[in-house]
Amino acid sequence: MLRLPRFSYLRPGSVAEAAQVLSEYGSRARVVAGGTDLLPKMKRGQMEPEVVIGLGHINELRGIRATEDGGFEIGACVTLSEVVASPELRAAYPGYVHAAALVSTPALRNSGTIGGNLCVDTRCNYYDESYEWRKALGFCMKKDGNICRVAPASATCRAIASSDTAPAAISMGATVVLVGPNGQREVPVESLYQDDGQFYMTKAPDEILTSLRMPSPGHWKSSYVKVRNRGSIDFPLVGVAAAIQMKGSLVEACRIVITAVGPQPLDVSQAAGALVGKEIDDTLLEEVATEAAKPARPLDNADLSYVWRKRMTRRAIEQAIREAAEVG
Amino acid sequence: MGNIGSREILRLSVNGRQHELLVKPYATLLEVLREDLRLTGTKHGCEAGECGACVVLVDGTPQLSCLVLPGQIEGSEVTTIEGVSNGSELHPVQQAFMDHGALQCGYCTPGMVLSSKALLDSNPSPTRDEINEALSGNLCRCTGYVSIIEAVEDAGRAMA
Amino acid sequence: MTTVSLDENTDLRVIGKSLPKVDSVGKLIGLTAYADDIELPNTLYCKLLRSHHPHARILSIDSSAALAIEGVVAVITGEDLPIKYGIMPTSQDEHALEYEKVRFVGDPVAAVAAVDEETALAACRAILVEYEPLEAIESIEHGLLPPSDEPIHDYAGPGNIHRMGALEFGEVDEGFANSSFIREDVFFYEGNTHLPMEQHSATATFVGDQLTLWSSTQNPHYVHRALARVFEMPMGHIRVIAAPHGGGFGGKSDPFSHEMAVCKLAMITGRPVKCTLTREEVFYVHRGRHPVLMWVRTGVAKDGKILAMHFKTALDGGAYGSYGPASMLYTGALQTTTYNIPAYRFEGVRVFTNKAPCGPKRGHGTPQPRFALELHLDKIAEAIGLNPVELRRRNYVKPYTRTINHLRITSCGIEEVTDRVVEASGFLDRKKRLGHGMGFAVSAYMCGAGLPIYWNRLPHSECIIQVNRGGVTLYCGATDIGQGSDTVLATVAAEQLGLWPTDVRIVSGDTGLAPVDLGSYSSRVTFMAGNAALQAAKEMREIIVKAVAEKMECSPSEVMVGDGKIGELSFEEAVVLAEERFGMLSTRGSYSPPANIGGKFKAAGVGPSPAYSYSAAVVDLDADPYSGEIRLNKVWIAHDIGRSINALAVKGQVEGGVYMGLSEAMMEGQLYRHGLHKQPSMLDYKAFTFMEMPEVETFLVETIDLEGPYGAKEAGQGPLLPVIPAVVSAVHDALGVWVDEVPITSDKIMRAMDAKVKGREGRYGPKIFPNISYPTIVKVPPFDASSSAF
Repeated sequence: MLRLPRFSYLRPGSVAEAAQVLSEYGSRARVVAGGTDLLPKMKRGQMEPEVVIGLGHINELRGIRATEDGGFEIGACVTLSEVVASPELRAAYPGYVHAAALVSTPALRNSGTIGGNLCVDTRCNYYDESYEWRKALGFCMKKDGNICRVAPASATCRAIASSDTAPAAISMGATVVLVGPNGQREVPVESLYQDDGQFYMTKAPDEILTSLRMPSPGHWKSSYVKVRNRGSIDFPLVGVAAAIQMKGSLVEACRIVITAVGPQPLDVSQAAGALVGKEIDDTLLEEVATEAAKPARPLDNADLSYVWRKRMTRRAIEQAIREAAEVG
Repeated sequence: MGNIGSREILRLSVNGRQHELLVKPYATLLEVLREDLRLTGTKHGCEAGECGACVVLVDGTPQLSCLVLPGQIEGSEVTTIEGVSNGSELHPVQQAFMDHGALQCGYCTPGMVLSSKALLDSNPSPTRDEINEALSGNLCRCTGYVSIIEAVEDAGRAMA
Repeated sequence: MTTVSLDENTDLRVIGKSLPKVDSVGKLIGLTAYADDIELPNTLYCKLLRSHHPHARILSIDSSAALAIEGVVAVITGEDLPIKYGIMPTSQDEHALEYEKVRFVGDPVAAVAAVDEETALAACRAILVEYEPLEAIESIEHGLLPPSDEPIHDYAGPGNIHRMGALEFGEVDEGFANSSFIREDVFFYEGNTHLPMEQHSATATFVGDQLTLWSSTQNPHYVHRALARVFEMPMGHIRVIAAPHGGGFGGKSDPFSHEMAVCKLAMITGRPVKCTLTREEVFYVHRGRHPVLMWVRTGVAKDGKILAMHFKTALDGGAYGSYGPASMLYTGALQTTTYNIPAYRFEGVRVFTNKAPCGPKRGHGTPQPRFALELHLDKIAEAIGLNPVELRRRNYVKPYTRTINHLRITSCGIEEVTDRVVEASGFLDRKKRLGHGMGFAVSAYMCGAGLPIYWNRLPHSECIIQVNRGGVTLYCGATDIGQGSDTVLATVAAEQLGLWPTDVRIVSGDTGLAPVDLGSYSSRVTFMAGNAALQAAKEMREIIVKAVAEKMECSPSEVMVGDGKIGELSFEEAVVLAEERFGMLSTRGSYSPPANIGGKFKAAGVGPSPAYSYSAAVVDLDADPYSGEIRLNKVWIAHDIGRSINALAVKGQVEGGVYMGLSEAMMEGQLYRHGLHKQPSMLDYKAFTFMEMPEVETFLVETIDLEGPYGAKEAGQGPLLPVIPAVVSAVHDALGVWVDEVPITSDKIMRAMDAKVKGREGRYGPKIFPNISYPTIVKVPPFDASSSAF
């Protein structure tokens, strides 16, 4: 049986205590919420913390709360299943809830949390392998090595952004609360990520993501389309979140965020400008999707060919916009 | 904090019985169940949350025991396959699996039965789509799933 | 499920019923102890150190740092186990632990026994191995070339060629000359693996001079032989117990390194030693489906009758021999069991490459050529304007005939299975529309190999039934790997003795307690062990009936048997009477296949079987012309089972075969990159979940085989075979493109569509078949009809 390496498990009772312990141990520690991302990676030697800090015991990280502005604040340790089961969230953010419902499997979603999914490690099939496998191939810059195996000429790691919920949260203009040794700050979800598969988050290592703040949906209708090989278990090969505001049959505003086509989710809403003030039709949609898919840079480090994934980006964008417009 | 990896006392309720165990903090729930409690009905297929063979119920909901640190679920009630039947009387899900030939090698069966039970406890007459979705994280290589779906439908009727 | 029986009057009581399998309850309550659930007192835990190089000489191995770790009890390397072994007599090419060279990433080089797995793993990492890397061979084409430094093995050859074969039956050139239409095609079948849910595990003890091994193996008898060879011990001092089995599909059919290692470590330490593989290691143990490149040329007459066929194959064998010589011949052996091919030439080659060794997976060597043959026939049908069902019907073999390659066909339901799926699916009346398609294919499979893996004249299966005051016990070496072999044996005995299957205790899969059965491979258990059990049960019935008849003062034929009664007595009373009359009651049965079922030429050992099952499938799907994504709607499968021993178990085998066929047709592939397995995990190696599986409608056709037990044939492998070509054919029906390669993934379909849109041939697949120097073709004379009734 593949087992975890040795570590100590700490159970802070509050966010403040967790932040303090985390800053104490620094890079020797990792926080764990559901554990569904961290634990397999630790088993494969991709992450080797000496100390694991459990967040699941902290009550302030649980719960879904309506905010005064008509939005919701979702605690980082709320499970993906709890989000899926919430009628209020489903009504307000159908895209986000659908994205949560498409993460991995039902049993995994019962442990996996919304904070964990936003922070989910970037993926690459040169990296998501056991220690022995990586040793046989030669290590990569994301762990134990110094080059990118899929793009050896690249100065940065090209592992793939793999959170389903991140693009959906970005498309709704959501923010997250980060708590660190110097207090707390609130940042847009979009700015949580950067174009580097190794250092994929802008969050400081000693900051803890404590909640996701979803603004009032207003008239935004939303959708999420996930392309993958199987209807369960698999990470996205392409993910597209769309949000749209309609005035009658005309598009008033449209946001598109794509993921799994590079190291970070990409806001490609600019391409949707062509839709504004118009009715959605096939030709227009194809133009918009083609433009929006341009920044997608899939590489040979996931399932199926990158040519196919690039093409599916266009298809998924079209589908996501259409579905968002059709939401009740 | 003690030495890295030193053993800790764990209080865990499994199949209605409270246990106090001295365990490694880095042992998963799967290892504690199989190796400390010798409840080997819980299986391992992938060791990384990818197959569903190790599913147990934590407060009635299916979780992947290979990805759960027991410390994360202290105070919860764990149900394993050994805790499903009522004495020697099979649970309706077990009975339906037997009657429909919904097991062959039987290795995925504990996880499959527990996931099915959790589904039917909350939704006694699921549609085929709901069954497919609820069991979509439990891989089986023998049956082709067809007989499992039939068994779950039948068990739902028996439990209703 | 619908059963159509050609047997009109039957008074069977338990045979053919849909009953739960006899081992169900233990599995449902979590009590059944699989190999890794076995925990003996004072056990040590073993881990194997595996090669990080695809191909390298081992210069040195230093275990001293490993031995110094607290908790490490023993470390062994290949020099501790120098005798080579292998499943086939001609491929004794594996060391338990390699010490001269390694041949793939994952090849074991050392084994550690320690107080726990964690310590054993740390010790493995402390072993220093110095390697000198060699050129790695990564493909069939590469394996056919002369190696630039040294061949992977120092036997066989030339170069990395493991085995070749070239046979001709009938006048092939003449057949082509007489043909009005000739077509050639090239196909590629990507290899894939079994992915059993259970990882392999083995525990050994060595007590006194007795070695005992519990293992998740399909073939305890062959493991028994290999242990005797490697440890130079009499078989009488070795006992191999097949633990309850978490899935095999062919992947647990070889003797394995971890089995050898735990035995040796148990001998050294005097303690039980257990080794359980990780999921990743299971991918390295492999022995799965060979990647096969295929070329086929067929000539037909105006009416579509096949006049000649030439079939060439090239197999990627991976790093070791395993079942390879048989696998290679199987790619050419069974084409003739469905179609009457009057002139047939086969050329095959298996090359060694630096990848995990290939071997037998469900359908062993035949799904690949079946895929090629069925699509090739579809293309011929399209070209000559016949519908694909009609083309096949014009060429179907007839029952009780001989094939051109000397195989004896007995019961044959190929027409009936075709009727069932074609009628139920409406295949011939389907409406043509872009994006929706249906595909049809047929196949045949063996009910057990006609010859054992090593040459001997002994029975293939032996069975003892013992009855006394304490009940009925049946002993047989057959191994229940989930397919229900224990249930088959219990049901056969119960029918004869007037009992219920759960009244019969089964002792199976244990070389120390049960007589020999060769194992759970080649779909042999129902036919062979079933016949052995039937013989023993009939004799037992005669003995008990005789005692009762004497008591009742009637003739034995007047004694009714059934419902737990023998005549007027309860079964228990009758047994006491018979035991008083005859003493200890024990009967035996054994089965050997008839001698005349195949040819006498060299290589004739692969293909013959005492009977063949027949299957037909129709697949209905939607395929997206833009993305190539497939949604399966429904599969109709009809299977000529001979007779169901247990209809529920047969249904399970058929549906499971359909599932595995669909999954490997659409997504499963054992892919490599830079000499490494590309996806050794259950996340990255894709296999169907519930979400992909369509509705399956199953038809069982009972042709009542004259030699099968109660007329039964196999169900474990045959139903997988037609599914794969039917999927690919349905995609062609939907989109008008051919994907001549399996798995048929979305990106391959997309590329075929792109080619079509650009005005090129709408096809994805291999373009050329390499120029291979096959050996001189052996022209086999026609079958000597005087030696057999047909």
